[in-house]
Amino acid sequence: MAFQVILKRPESLTQREFTYCPGCTHGIIHRLIAEVIDELGIREKTIAVAPIGCSVFAYQFFNTDATVAAHGRAPAVATGMKRARPDLYVFTYQGDGDLAAIGTAEIVHAANRGEKITTIFVNNAIYGMTGGQMAPTTLLGMKTTTTPYGRKADNDGYPLHVAEIIKEARGVAFLARTKVNTPQDVQKTKKAIKKAFLAQIKGLGFGMVEVLSTCPTNWGIDPVSALKWLEEHMVPEYPLGVFVDKVGDEQ
Amino acid sequence: MAERVLVKGTEAIGEAAIRAGCRLFFGYPITPQNELPEYMSKRMPEVGGTFLQTESEVATINMVYGAACTGTRVMTSTSSPGFSLMQEGISYMACAQLPAVLVNVVRGGPGLGDIQPSQGDYWQATKGGGHGDYKLIVLAPSTVQEAVDLTVLAFDLADKYRTPVVIIADGVIGQMMEPVTFPEFRDLNTLPKHDDWALTGANGREKHIIVSFDIDPYVLEKMNLEIVEKLRKIEANEKRWEEYKLEDAEIVITAFGTVGRIAKSVVEQARKEGIKAGLFRPITLWPFPYERLEEISKGKKLILDVEMNMGQMLEDVKLAVKDHARIEFYGRMGGVVPTPDEILEALKKFLNV
Ligand SMILES: Cc1ncc(C[n+]2csc(CCOP(=O)(O)OP(=O)(O)O)c2C)c(N)n1
Ligand code: SF4
Repeated sequence: MAFQVILKRPESLTQREFTYCPGCTHGIIHRLIAEVIDELGIREKTIAVAPIGCSVFAYQFFNTDATVAAHGRAPAVATGMKRARPDLYVFTYQGDGDLAAIGTAEIVHAANRGEKITTIFVNNAIYGMTGGQMAPTTLLGMKTTTTPYGRKADNDGYPLHVAEIIKEARGVAFLARTKVNTPQDVQKTKKAIKKAFLAQIKGLGFGMVEVLSTCPTNWGIDPVSALKWLEEHMVPEYPLGVFVDKVGDEQ
Repeated sequence: MAERVLVKGTEAIGEAAIRAGCRLFFGYPITPQNELPEYMSKRMPEVGGTFLQTESEVATINMVYGAACTGTRVMTSTSSPGFSLMQEGISYMACAQLPAVLVNVVRGGPGLGDIQPSQGDYWQATKGGGHGDYKLIVLAPSTVQEAVDLTVLAFDLADKYRTPVVIIADGVIGQMMEPVTFPEFRDLNTLPKHDDWALTGANGREKHIIVSFDIDPYVLEKMNLEIVEKLRKIEANEKRWEEYKLEDAEIVITAFGTVGRIAKSVVEQARKEGIKAGLFRPITLWPFPYERLEEISKGKKLILDVEMNMGQMLEDVKLAVKDHARIEFYGRMGGVVPTPDEILEALKKFLNV
């Protein structure tokens, strides 16, 4: 009997085991990016910029040239790379603490300049790596280690809607918010990631996908409940959709 | 022979950088160095390079980090408060061993200070500045021609040792016009390629990574030791200084940059009045030329350190001179530039003449 490989590890992932907690969707998002890079055939021309956060080790997982930026500064680092080598493809992978708190200025300006880079923005509504503190994206009423009574707008401000802010920047060529808690959504996220890369490959401008993701560990629930929690609590606050698409339908 | 042209310090540094092969400049406006980014914004497109005005110094230094990761010659310039904002990124670059040239046109401080010439960032530049164990090569020109020469040297040293190199100047060097001879344009194909470490796409080779961390303390210590070894090499090979009329001197003035220049007039004036003075001017503030200054100080009547700060280099002068000679200090702060007369007066006071 002859065997046929129908699913294999993407070439754009190394053999390294992920360091993410069981049930964390960071891993799914990594795999999607790697599949997209494989399909686009750009692995040997790609540079990954990992952030500060649980995905600080992304530089070990992607089988591309890679660096780790200082907390929040990935869009600036990517800008420097792309300006130095416009022939290469540069992507940043950033959490919500990284991109939406300390790095707000860098992402807004990279988007506004139409920097030809791709950003994968992982929104899990919390700081994962440092142990579950409030993020700008934390929901109202949500308990974290620094909002033990639940996030209150009058003290802590409101959940930050990054995609909605970025969409006003004229340099943006592709922008979407997706989620990864069902197989269909995983496929939709992959499509969005591909378009965000195509925006760069075609030289159209800045591309970003905000992916709603889970942090079962710091949310204090099991992985399956976390998928449900994402659906029930995060989606109403962060509406899914394609906000900007200058890439069009052809692939 | 190359022609001599009359140029402003800031523009001279910019032109020298371009001739050294720099085609990337990132910067954020701050007085008194705006003429440098302004010059680059005009010149870079002419030579096929990139000038980008950034959203902040924090973004600037991280763009420099990104560009340096690709092995390309890159530069930024700023002034004191901006240099403070860059320290996080500089520390990352020191650990990741990335080459770049950083110009700090120092102004009065601390805090917002003023926009007048100062040497108040000596400690920040020479003792690390950001977090962690590292030092940077720090070059201090005292003329526009020297600024040109040191800019070219800065790029070469940055590439050779894979480290950020700081050129420390002040508003006087930046604004002053002097005739200079520029070097020839470097052929970009002759610049170091850094194929062994740069991020250029893992095309037919193993992937490269550039990081400034490791969570295993033993691995991180190894990375630190590599940096220490490099710093020792720099100390052994790259100390630079100028000696002026020291052969028969009884009194040595130590000064760098703009004050080093003013001190030359003081030496002349003092000699006219029968005081045998000479000048020792460090050109590399780090590595500091300790050994040579120690040698020179032996048997001298007085070492007078003069700076536009509260005596920051004085600590290094003391380390060099040990107890071979008496050391005194004269400094002005807040952006005040001392005149030759004031320095001479201080010298006479210390000599009781
Ligand atoms: C300048 C600086 N400030 C703070 C930190 C500490 N820190 C590390 S990770 C992190 C939060 C990361 O959260 P997020 O971006 O949401 O990523 P996640 O871990 O949830 O994937 C913080 C604050 C740091 N490394 N650097
Ligand atoms: S702490 Fe949260 S975000 Fe980090 S790996 Fe674990 S589950 Fe994922």
